[in-house]
Amino acid sequence: MIRITLDDLDDIALGATFLGTGGGGDPYIATLMTRQAITEHGPVTMLSLDEVADDALVFACGNMGAPTVAIEKIMAAGQPPAAVLALEAHLGRQADVLMAFEAGGSNSMMPIYNAAMLGKPMLDADGMGRAFPEMQMVTFSVYGASGSPFALASEHGDTVILNINDDKRAEYIGRGIVIRMGARSAKASYPMDGRTARRVAIPGTTSLCQAIGANLRQSRAGNRDPFTALIEMLAGTHYGHAKVLFKGKVTDLIRETRDGWAIGKVVITDQAQGAFEVEFQNEFLVARQDGRLRAIVPDLICILDSEMAQPITTERLRYGQRVTVMAVSAPPIMRTEQALAVFGPVGFGLPEPFVPVEELD
Amino acid sequence: MGHAVSQNLRLGIDVGGTNTDAVLMDGDRVVAWHKATTGRHITDAIVAAAGAVLQQAGIAPEQIYAVMLGTTQFTNAVIERRRLNPVAVLRLAAPATTAVPPMSDWPEDLAAVVGGQHYLLKGGLEFDGRPISPLDEDEIAAAAREIRGLGLKAVAVTSVFSPLDAEMEHRAEAVLRRELPAETCAITLSHRIGRIGLLERENAAILNAALSGLAGQVLGAFAQAIDDLGLKAPLFISQNDGTLMTAEHAARYPVLTFASGPTNSMRGAAVLSGLEDALVVDIGGTTTDIGLLLDGFPREAAMTVDVGGVRTNFRMPDLLALGLGGGSLVRDGGARIGPDSVGFELRQRALVFGGDSLTMSDIAVAARQMQLGDPAKVGQLDGVETALARAAAMIEEALERVRPSAATLPVILVGGGAPVLAGQRIGGGEIVRPGHGQVANAIGASIAMVGGECDRIFSLDGVSRDEAVAAAKTEARAQAAAAGAAPGSIRIVELDEIPLSYLPGNATRLRAKAVGDLAAGAGMEGGA
Repeated sequence: MIRITLDDLDDIALGATFLGTGGGGDPYIATLMTRQAITEHGPVTMLSLDEVADDALVFACGNMGAPTVAIEKIMAAGQPPAAVLALEAHLGRQADVLMAFEAGGSNSMMPIYNAAMLGKPMLDADGMGRAFPEMQMVTFSVYGASGSPFALASEHGDTVILNINDDKRAEYIGRGIVIRMGARSAKASYPMDGRTARRVAIPGTTSLCQAIGANLRQSRAGNRDPFTALIEMLAGTHYGHAKVLFKGKVTDLIRETRDGWAIGKVVITDQAQGAFEVEFQNEFLVARQDGRLRAIVPDLICILDSEMAQPITTERLRYGQRVTVMAVSAPPIMRTEQALAVFGPVGFGLPEPFVPVEELD
Repeated sequence: MGHAVSQNLRLGIDVGGTNTDAVLMDGDRVVAWHKATTGRHITDAIVAAAGAVLQQAGIAPEQIYAVMLGTTQFTNAVIERRRLNPVAVLRLAAPATTAVPPMSDWPEDLAAVVGGQHYLLKGGLEFDGRPISPLDEDEIAAAAREIRGLGLKAVAVTSVFSPLDAEMEHRAEAVLRRELPAETCAITLSHRIGRIGLLERENAAILNAALSGLAGQVLGAFAQAIDDLGLKAPLFISQNDGTLMTAEHAARYPVLTFASGPTNSMRGAAVLSGLEDALVVDIGGTTTDIGLLLDGFPREAAMTVDVGGVRTNFRMPDLLALGLGGGSLVRDGGARIGPDSVGFELRQRALVFGGDSLTMSDIAVAARQMQLGDPAKVGQLDGVETALARAAAMIEEALERVRPSAATLPVILVGGGAPVLAGQRIGGGEIVRPGHGQVANAIGASIAMVGGECDRIFSLDGVSRDEAVAAAKTEARAQAAAAGAAPGSIRIVELDEIPLSYLPGNATRLRAKAVGDLAAGAGMEGGA
């Protein structure tokens, strides 16, 4: 059991941007919200998966909407708790613990926010282990926990409970409601017991965000090479294989919108080593060098600025940036056959089969 | 001086913290220039610099057809937390946005000066234009009475998605005005100065309102100087993006000048060198700013920029600042330069002026690259070659980080400290040393164009992407024409597209920017 205080939030946000692998939304506003909540209501207790009771009721929470709306229509203070309270009312039982469904990007903050506002503990785990674009792309669904019933809440306090028998359909139908709510909804979903959470959730991802953020911060302050330090730190975790794939300058950037996705490709060049390509669909999905596969989803591909090691999101990529591309192995629970069928290369229509990053060079 | 009298004489003025520079321009030709010390009275400095220029050229004030002025007065006020007035903040958004109240992320010292009078009221729009909640005029009127009771002289009004549709901000202003007349209270509407991104736009509006008292004084001082000089021409003020606004507009929107200094310097370098695509190295007393010119305009920085510790989303030039300048201290036999500098004390502390500090200017004088002070005092200096090589290496390394691709680009060298860099080439590019590089800022102000922008979310339902892009361009052109651009000269210089991921119907945010030359007679209503 650990406590999350105001001092931890910037590290968690920085680590969450790294795990966001180019997407997941900038945690800036969510961090300000959470700062406000902890200032008013005090620090948050975080349990590990080992510490949660077998019969504890766990909800996965976060937000659903469009990042461009998120920077303009900020949430109401009571909006995220309203989703939790609505799901509790529907189930006739209070949630004991809250966790993230997505540890990467802005959703990393929402269990901390809700836990502070509602005076509940949170769980150090999530369902994506990074950022993914759709609701069903979680280990919870892969291993048989249902997203439904789930609650969506608007800033007006309007709530909707959905019972959808398939999580991919839940994403589709839920998004229709989110649009009518103005493309910014709070969500409480995947009600499950503690025993199930231990089986289907990715452990330790909030504390991993914190460790990554602290490591980057300390490297900057101590004038150490941030990439070497981060690789050493990750080696001791379940994201054990991390490496630098390429260093160079952004020399080409192609973006387009297709079916509401930000799809594109970034080309990074180094005079000695040639060209390196990363394709993205909201998140970075696949990295290739001279046509050769270097890393592929669900392994994490992160682009950081070479000087400060600040993770760069796809919308902030620009010509001329000096960047370092890192790859990190996803934990084993995300690399099984069932998991790869949902959020492996096939889940994004990529032609290559999954090859673990540690087997590629 | 015997110049033929031209129809195209303009006065460019740069009012900096230390110096006030003036240039008289005939088209792109520098007719005369002068540097004066800014001191405590801006009016005096402008009169001194511009008066000297007119006298040198033998030009009568009425022959000038426009005066363009750039200033760092407002940026400095925010950075130094001086001369700011308290602000009442109105946000039209409730029940949305209550999770992050206004000024949540401001530095405490600045927040203390600007104050904490906040009103989070009903209003705001959804992304598709529906209201979040209807505006409540009674609620706004009650706030207005309270603001009047508190004696606050500035209000910032921000409504959710106002860049899409500003109607709610306008209606709120009308209600506020019933209690708060224009003579006693300045009202800033966020959509006038910011783009999408609620907190950044609101921050910019609050900073603008906090500068409203100072803006009146500074613009008054400018107008007084124009009057004292006997100038009849309209006065324009340069903006962040290198385009012009009328003095009247600048008095209402002082934040739009925040980045005009570096922008003018880079634009001035473009005109002086005749180059459109180049790297610009501006070596000052304490720092060197390195930026990239593309099509004659500075490349802009990423989405958010800190101004005095406050997050904003102004478009500002993307500059790399290096602790190297004419006043930088040189140590270790020339192997270490800066980042500390003797700054404005160069004339007391540098060796060539009989001081005890070895500066980069001493090195440049010893190498006969610069004429300053007494060269005999640095006749026997060690480490000159080492220091020059170190300075070149620092600049070369920085250029490498700014250069967009492997292609070599020429390097335009400007600023008072320019002589510290010797040689003909750096980083594979030719070094261009235009004449009058020490007043590039004022020249940049004098050649500024007028611009217009469109930043909106377009739904692509039943509209092709090309049609939406054409609509955005048309709107940007219309804005430029409204700002005083000569219609035939208007061109689109930027087009950005940001797809709204996770929304159906292919909504997309388009931002188009147009610029054009100042039409003769434009802006007369805003002149002094």
